[in-house]
Amino acid sequence: MEHDALLKKLLLSAVAMFAFAFALVPLYDVFCDVTGLNGKPSMEVAEQSQKVLNSRMVDVSFTTHAQQSAPFAVKSQQYMVQVKPGEMTEVTFFAQNLSGSARVMQAVPSVSPGKAAKYLHKMACFCFDKQAFAPSEQLEFKLLFYVDTELPADVKELTLSYTVFDISDSVQANINAATVNSGAS
Amino acid sequence: MKACHAVVSLFALLMSFGATSNSDYNMRKGVTDISQNVYQLHMTIFLICCVIGVIVFAVMFWALIHHRKSKGAIAAQFHESTKVEILWTAIPFIILVVMAIPATKTLIAMEDASKADLTIKVTGSQWKWHYEYMGHDVDFYSVLSTPREQMNDLEEKGEHYLLEVDKALVIPTGKKVRFLMTSDDVIHSWWVPDFAVKKDANPGFINEAWTNVNEAGIYRGQCAELCGKDHGFMPIVVDARAPEEFELWLAEAQIEKQQQAEASAALLDKTLSKEELMAVGEQVYMGYCAACHQPTGLGLPGVFPAMKGSALVQGDLKPHIDILLNGRPGTAMQAFGKQLSIKQIAGVITYKRNSWGNDTGEVIQPSQIQAEIDATKEKEQ
Amino acid sequence: MSTLVDSQDHNHDQHHTPKGFKRWLYTTNHKDIGSLYLIFSLTMFIVGGAMAMVIRAELFQPGLQLVDPHFFNQMTTVHGLIMVFGAVMPAFTGLANWMIPMMIGAPDMALPRMNNWSFWILPFAFSILLMSLFMEGGGPAFGWTFYAPLSTTYSNDNTALFVFAVHIMGISSIMGAINVIVTIVNLRAPGMTWMKLPLFVWTWLITAFLLIAVMPVLAGAVTMVLTDKYFGTSFFDAAGGGDPVMFQHIFWFFGHPEVYIMILPAFGIISTIVPTFSRKKLFGYASMVYATSSIALLSFVVWAHHMFTTGMPLAGELFFMYATMLISVPTGVKVFNWVATMWRGSITFEIPMLFSIAFIVLFTLGGFSGLMLAITPADFQYHDTYFVVAHFHYVLVTGAVFSIMAGAYYWLPKWTGHMFNITLAKWHFWLSLVSVNILFFPMHFVGLAGMPRRIPDYALQFADFNAIISIGGFAFGLSQLLFVVVVYKCARGGESVPDKVWEGAEGLEWEVASPAPYHTFSTPPEVK
Repeated sequence: MEHDALLKKLLLSAVAMFAFAFALVPLYDVFCDVTGLNGKPSMEVAEQSQKVLNSRMVDVSFTTHAQQSAPFAVKSQQYMVQVKPGEMTEVTFFAQNLSGSARVMQAVPSVSPGKAAKYLHKMACFCFDKQAFAPSEQLEFKLLFYVDTELPADVKELTLSYTVFDISDSVQANINAATVNSGAS
Repeated sequence: MKACHAVVSLFALLMSFGATSNSDYNMRKGVTDISQNVYQLHMTIFLICCVIGVIVFAVMFWALIHHRKSKGAIAAQFHESTKVEILWTAIPFIILVVMAIPATKTLIAMEDASKADLTIKVTGSQWKWHYEYMGHDVDFYSVLSTPREQMNDLEEKGEHYLLEVDKALVIPTGKKVRFLMTSDDVIHSWWVPDFAVKKDANPGFINEAWTNVNEAGIYRGQCAELCGKDHGFMPIVVDARAPEEFELWLAEAQIEKQQQAEASAALLDKTLSKEELMAVGEQVYMGYCAACHQPTGLGLPGVFPAMKGSALVQGDLKPHIDILLNGRPGTAMQAFGKQLSIKQIAGVITYKRNSWGNDTGEVIQPSQIQAEIDATKEKEQ
Repeated sequence: MSTLVDSQDHNHDQHHTPKGFKRWLYTTNHKDIGSLYLIFSLTMFIVGGAMAMVIRAELFQPGLQLVDPHFFNQMTTVHGLIMVFGAVMPAFTGLANWMIPMMIGAPDMALPRMNNWSFWILPFAFSILLMSLFMEGGGPAFGWTFYAPLSTTYSNDNTALFVFAVHIMGISSIMGAINVIVTIVNLRAPGMTWMKLPLFVWTWLITAFLLIAVMPVLAGAVTMVLTDKYFGTSFFDAAGGGDPVMFQHIFWFFGHPEVYIMILPAFGIISTIVPTFSRKKLFGYASMVYATSSIALLSFVVWAHHMFTTGMPLAGELFFMYATMLISVPTGVKVFNWVATMWRGSITFEIPMLFSIAFIVLFTLGGFSGLMLAITPADFQYHDTYFVVAHFHYVLVTGAVFSIMAGAYYWLPKWTGHMFNITLAKWHFWLSLVSVNILFFPMHFVGLAGMPRRIPDYALQFADFNAIISIGGFAFGLSQLLFVVVVYKCARGGESVPDKVWEGAEGLEWEVASPAPYHTFSTPPEVK
């Protein structure tokens, strides 16, 4: 049929566009990494800092936030630290399971302003893994991070926020097998 | 067509009224430098549109009036003129460039949230706001305080109907206040028109905005992003005070928070009457629970479970307290242990167990709630 | 539309046609399918309109009187979905089915059986959507934009029905678009070169490409909502590493071109009607084609102007602001072209022309508020208020819907062979024109004064305007019943019309008999 060739091309385009919708997901992540669109910092373990810049100071403040139905209390020891770019800093977070049952926690980091996200490097973070809690268990986590020396000059302060989710239902959590303390002390 | 014309001139007329005052039909000038810049931008672009509109429609209506067949007009044959077409592409383009310059400037100023004097974390949840003064150990929920009777036309509506809350956000004037927005559940949007601040609160992410209020006063806004059933019922009230008064308020709030903790502790030895608990419970239920479970306790079938006749509410006490304290993950049921005092929780549980024909006769004391909280803690030790 | 009943007389020479319902179910004739689309669209327009009446009745005065907020949200959501996917888009597809083959001298659409399918799956899609309203928990209540996580974690179990309904609508649109493209590319009469194509055909061709590009993206977005809600993926759930804002990016990547899908064919209709009643050639045919193409291309790079408040880096905000402002240039070119076409014409004011003039003025108003919305700092104040509601209703009701009305009045005599009742049609026009402005114009004011959209109850300072808006709404809703009467009467009978119904009309569709025979251009005409 005379229409077949064109029909095939058009159908193929439609299918390709459907696939493209899903390709937008990784594309979006790349795009965010480059532009800092959503302020999501890297979830990978960063490399050692190479040098420290003594010429400027950056305020880094912390905030944590448990989603309504997540029975956790998570708090950083300090509200704010002043760091030099490149300087390794350790901050302690106290976390507690407020419920009487075993729970699994996932912390999701977010940085504001968003464009600073890619300059915040974490070498140890409880957000890298799911954290399993025994009933009412209290845990201490160490966050080890540094701010990149390339941090744009107009960023004088940044906020690192952790949103804490209860993912017990989606993870068939087995307390004994879980990696309770990986990435934390 | 005259009607169209009339409408256009009406638009212009009404809007020029708006230019002179903080009116009910134009954008508010607001009380910050930014909001005034935004207002100026709005009026400028509006006037540009009006001028273009008047010119284009004047030409069109001239043609409609004078080039009518009934007036004996004979159609000209011209069409296509590269000169004209270049002209009417280039002129709008130049106007746009002129427009883009002030817009860009204002935008750059708006996006610079650095070096704030005070940071407040704003958390949206279905359907209330939570404010936390970072580094000051003060935080509270801000909930709509308009009584349900007013919504249902049983009482006369107050002056600030739907724009009033139990506890307003207090901020100092003349200081740069930074807001960190996030959400507990769905996307909300924190909007105060007088500050020209509207920022989405996204679950799992933080967003920044800032303001610097010039005049003390009460400013009202609303959630601007559809966030479920009671999206229309989560207003924002900001009370801007002179810095000294703000400091005073902040100190008081810190003391109040301590006192509340002490009062809670004192409650543990007391036995409250059923009447008192029911009264507290009804207030809490209407403020926090009725939005979903309905004042009738019937819930919304398929969306929010009924309280009336519920097995959980009439059954064992322990799971009932547990769900109130800890919520139910993945649903709209929040963990109220963080929002309500033990007295309030005791009250609302007593209320639920003795209302709408639920007839357990049980009276739950604050100490029982505390015991439940302690029990989970002890298990660990 | 009912000529189809009459026109059976014209085709008994061919293979025997089934009668009654089966005839419509099995039809592969482009005119039949066009009529089906148009009737379906009109039905949906009434259904979606009834929902708007519920909304306006609740908002008539402050306080909660008629419906509870959950049902109110279902009404706003389903009203939006029905009007976009059930009323405006099928109306344009119906017009395309009827007119494109007749305009390019083709005997039928290129893929008639697919044409049948693309229509007949639509009623199922909308039945599913409407039925979900009556199920426990109700229908979708998260806005037609179905932002996650409101539509995922926090929606009710009937969301799957919404997802399937949207999938079917999408498949229908894609099949319709493929058919349009293949028809235009392969079935043009000899001599009908690209730059001789009527503008309605051109705008539809571009629209069809937009449809193929973005409807699958919508399908992808609803699929992700489906798997997030029911199968444990976390595309939009931060807890699992997703991002709710990404939903908005994907949605608006579809959503903004979708806006142009609903307006480009309207441009085509207006560009057809204005020259007819000005008795003068369209001023700049080529520039119209280029303007349409550039609007279509630009529509892919402006999506995030719907999301300025989601928190974007400055560079992103600036880019999307500039790109959006740029769209007003080709849009302006179109308006200038129409005005230049009227200039020194010999103008008469038949009903299609009245609707077209109203379109030009009121669509331009909608365009102005669109330009205002593009200015990012000001958008922070306008966003998600009634100002936006006013903007897109000016563009979609006095824009798209008025153009559909104009097109219907323009071609109705050709379809039926009868002139419609002009007096009634005039009443319809003037009542619509006045009431639509009472309905939508004050929305600018309440929006600027700070009334958010999608709320079932509001503060007292918005009360007066809302009462006016509701009165305008009821009046506009009732006026549309006149249209139903006019169409019905015209289908049943009336004064016979000549082949060339309108004195100044040009194009192949006016060279066939009135009513248009069941089969036209079985042998292709020669275009000079």
